Amino acid sequence: MRALRIDRKLTRFAAARVASAFGAGRGAVLGPLRLVDVTAPSLPSADWFPVTPIRSGICGSDLASVDGRSSLYFEDIVSFPFILGHEIVGEMVADGIGADGEPLLAGQRVVVQPVLGCAARGLELCPACRAGDVGRCGCLTHGHLSPGLQTGFCRDTGGGWSEGPLVAHASQLFAVPDDLSDDDAVTVEPMACAIHAALRAQAGADDTVAIIGAGTLGLGVLAALRFLADTGRSPSPRRLMIGARYSVQRQMASAFGADDVVEPRHLDRAVRSATSSLIVGRPTGRSGVLSGGSDITIDCVGSAESIAEALRITRPGGRVVLVGMPAKASLDLAALWHREIELVGAYAYGTETVAGESESTFHLALEMAGTVGTGRLVSASYTLDRYEEALAHAGSAGSRGAIKIVFDVRPKRAVSQRED
Amino acid sequence: MRPRPGFVLEVDRSTPPTLMWKGEGFGLVKLPPGSRVVYAPEPFEALEDPEGAIRHALEHPTGDSDPLSARLTPGMRLTICFDDISLPLPPMEAPDIRQMIIEAVLDAAAAAGVDDVVLIAALALHRRMTEPELRHALGHRVYDAFAPHGLLLQHDAEDPSNLIHLGMTKHGEDVEINKRAAESDLLIYVNINLVAMDGGHKSVATGLASYKSLRHHHNPETMTHSKSFMDAPASELHTANWRMGRLIRDAGVKIFQIETTLNTDTFPGNFQFLQKREWEWTWKDRATFMAASKALDAAPPKMARQVLHSIKAPHAMRSVYAGEVEAVHELITADVWAQQGVAVEGQTDIVTMGLPYISPYNVNSILNPILVACLGLGYFFNLYRGKPVVREGGVAILFHPTRPEFHPGHHPSYIDFFEQVLTQTTDPVVMHQQFEEAFATDPWYIHLYKTGHAYHGVHPFYMWYWCSHAMKHLGRVIIVGGDPATVRRMGFHPASTLDDALEMAKDVVGPDPTLTHLHTPPLLLADVT
Repeated sequence: MRALRIDRKLTRFAAARVASAFGAGRGAVLGPLRLVDVTAPSLPSADWFPVTPIRSGICGSDLASVDGRSSLYFEDIVSFPFILGHEIVGEMVADGIGADGEPLLAGQRVVVQPVLGCAARGLELCPACRAGDVGRCGCLTHGHLSPGLQTGFCRDTGGGWSEGPLVAHASQLFAVPDDLSDDDAVTVEPMACAIHAALRAQAGADDTVAIIGAGTLGLGVLAALRFLADTGRSPSPRRLMIGARYSVQRQMASAFGADDVVEPRHLDRAVRSATSSLIVGRPTGRSGVLSGGSDITIDCVGSAESIAEALRITRPGGRVVLVGMPAKASLDLAALWHREIELVGAYAYGTETVAGESESTFHLALEMAGTVGTGRLVSASYTLDRYEEALAHAGSAGSRGAIKIVFDVRPKRAVSQRED
Repeated sequence: MRPRPGFVLEVDRSTPPTLMWKGEGFGLVKLPPGSRVVYAPEPFEALEDPEGAIRHALEHPTGDSDPLSARLTPGMRLTICFDDISLPLPPMEAPDIRQMIIEAVLDAAAAAGVDDVVLIAALALHRRMTEPELRHALGHRVYDAFAPHGLLLQHDAEDPSNLIHLGMTKHGEDVEINKRAAESDLLIYVNINLVAMDGGHKSVATGLASYKSLRHHHNPETMTHSKSFMDAPASELHTANWRMGRLIRDAGVKIFQIETTLNTDTFPGNFQFLQKREWEWTWKDRATFMAASKALDAAPPKMARQVLHSIKAPHAMRSVYAGEVEAVHELITADVWAQQGVAVEGQTDIVTMGLPYISPYNVNSILNPILVACLGLGYFFNLYRGKPVVREGGVAILFHPTRPEFHPGHHPSYIDFFEQVLTQTTDPVVMHQQFEEAFATDPWYIHLYKTGHAYHGVHPFYMWYWCSHAMKHLGRVIIVGGDPATVRRMGFHPASTLDDALEMAKDVVGPDPTLTHLHTPPLLLADVT
């Protein structure tokens, strides 16, 4: 079967970094990613099942891997070579069991919760996994699997960018309702991240929430905040603001319920207006820190610039939630110290406590995908043959009128493309 | 030699191209044969003895008023208010007309033994003037005599401790003005009547008012029914100001109004060609035009702005009257019309306007997109009496680059208005209802207005409201050379050339439209029959 695999070749990583200077995703041309014939991964144990991907999304972390720009932090929690793809909707190859212990039939559609926690690794559950917080599992290098924080970064499991089966542990499998489209389903994993981030924000009814970044994650967090409020699971923030650069992002942000959709460069001023704050310093100089600001800022970019902006526009005592995957960053943390801002990471998903009830993030995401119609975020799909185009498209999605780019990996199937 | 009156030229094949302003530059445009060009009258002669005319006006007042000397007594509180940086345009060569008048008034006050004198720049919601601007308006002698002692103030519409509510008109309009001015034994207002809408009761009722008071007439309803601002009897804005002015008078505020007209000598020395008729350009004029237009086109906008804003107009005083507000204003308005009025027969399908670099609200600053709209649709469109130059459903074609540039210190709320309001609506009524109050009460804008040099937070709304009548009247607004995204955000249509604009206009007004170009500056007022 064919799959897009990343090999550990330092020269190719170096070449990818150079190529990516011309745009995110350009590392696909010279970098460590190759479309290769591979054999399907074997099942690590009896509670693992083969899943044939139908669609698999391209995420920012995938682009970072392709471009050789991932943080060195991840070096010990991935294992080469690995097949990329962790946003997956697929079909059960054979009968199996799902995360809730329910039977799954061959041919049934499932989404894969990709985190490879203790259960998947055949380990006794760590405290985090026992609490259902699989995203916080610290045992990502142990057990009967090679290191890998997720499916799509582990050499033993395969990944979604593959025309043949990957393997998934029962704890990773969630049935897809029949009325959910493939496009809706392929967004479940990023929407689970978004829901988790939205809940990490702990937004109250009086809060002004600013979202930096209007890609899949930013829009997802926006949709999640609205979804959680609309379903009575959490309060509806007083005001939801988002910085969106491109027309398609602005339209989607409005559709997902943002109160204010502004140019990213204007988000600070919009937050200032919304919170009746002052800009500290001269108005003619570099835009300064706000005297007040948003109660919560959710950074869905993860760059030094976006974190710095989040610290500038968040009120003293407020909270910054870091959702976009950051890498090494150099920034001035004086504002964080002086304004006593809480900096919160938000990675992945697990079990959420909402309105006093425990719910799996993936179940929430499945419900949200159907309710909100997050499949609208999928702008184009590509076959694996056209991976260079696909990754370049994903790397410049906004400017090309797109949000989420996915691979359609079912062999010999007509592939739709809705670019621009 | 008697200055020639304004007139309407009919363009034919022999007509040379017409000068067209386009922001920080200008060019020549060939108008289609059959088009009309409205030329302003030539500048009237300056008064031979302006100081003498001022002294005469002060001692021979108009209307029900004693001479100034008779109204000045030892121990009285005297407040002299004056028009701010928004007048005249461009700023005039020194000595400024305000300096000449205020020096004469101060001489009279000193002679009468008046010690308690305060000067107040009547800003309304405009930005505070800088020290160089105040020195230019008042002269160094006046500035140095008052400013160091805290006796030269700038009206603060956001200082409740120095505002007084004088009552409400029969129409429910709050009248709240500067307390020091209102409680003085005599309030002298020094006005520059650059155009026919200036002066009268508008001087005090607007120039010294608070937002609470101004909102009653600076709103879409009033602006839509001001047809035009230059024709007070037909202007709801003026009707409201007159109601307020009479309430101020009836509340016991003693006002001695001084109004002045300037001639339309707008450009100095080498730039004189800008106010000449093109077929009368000399070889030197043509060479200067070529050099200036090329240099301005080649220069970065910031540099071009610096060059143009350094121009001081050789305006000269044409007339001065003093005394009772309404009587003074009636005479002065007639003088303004005499200098600027041009008879125009019949309306046109399309009106074209070249917008220069300056408007009342961007002296030493940037003509941002909202001010571009205001200059074209609020000011130039309204330079008429009777009926608009362009017919209802017609098209206005403006020339201006309309870059999304803003002065962050002068126009901070404009930036947010452009990003937060115009992205949602261009309807003055909707923005008035949904956005105005938040901007008007925003603490940062208030802080910058009070302590910096920023226009009040609500000011961009007012500028947009000024366009209300034009936007309702016109079938389409096209901006030639305008930044497409910016122009579209304002609800207008961008065009790259006049020919393109005319093609676009034909969709609205049909084939073979009539076209009239307003050749201004210098300022003109069209008396349309």
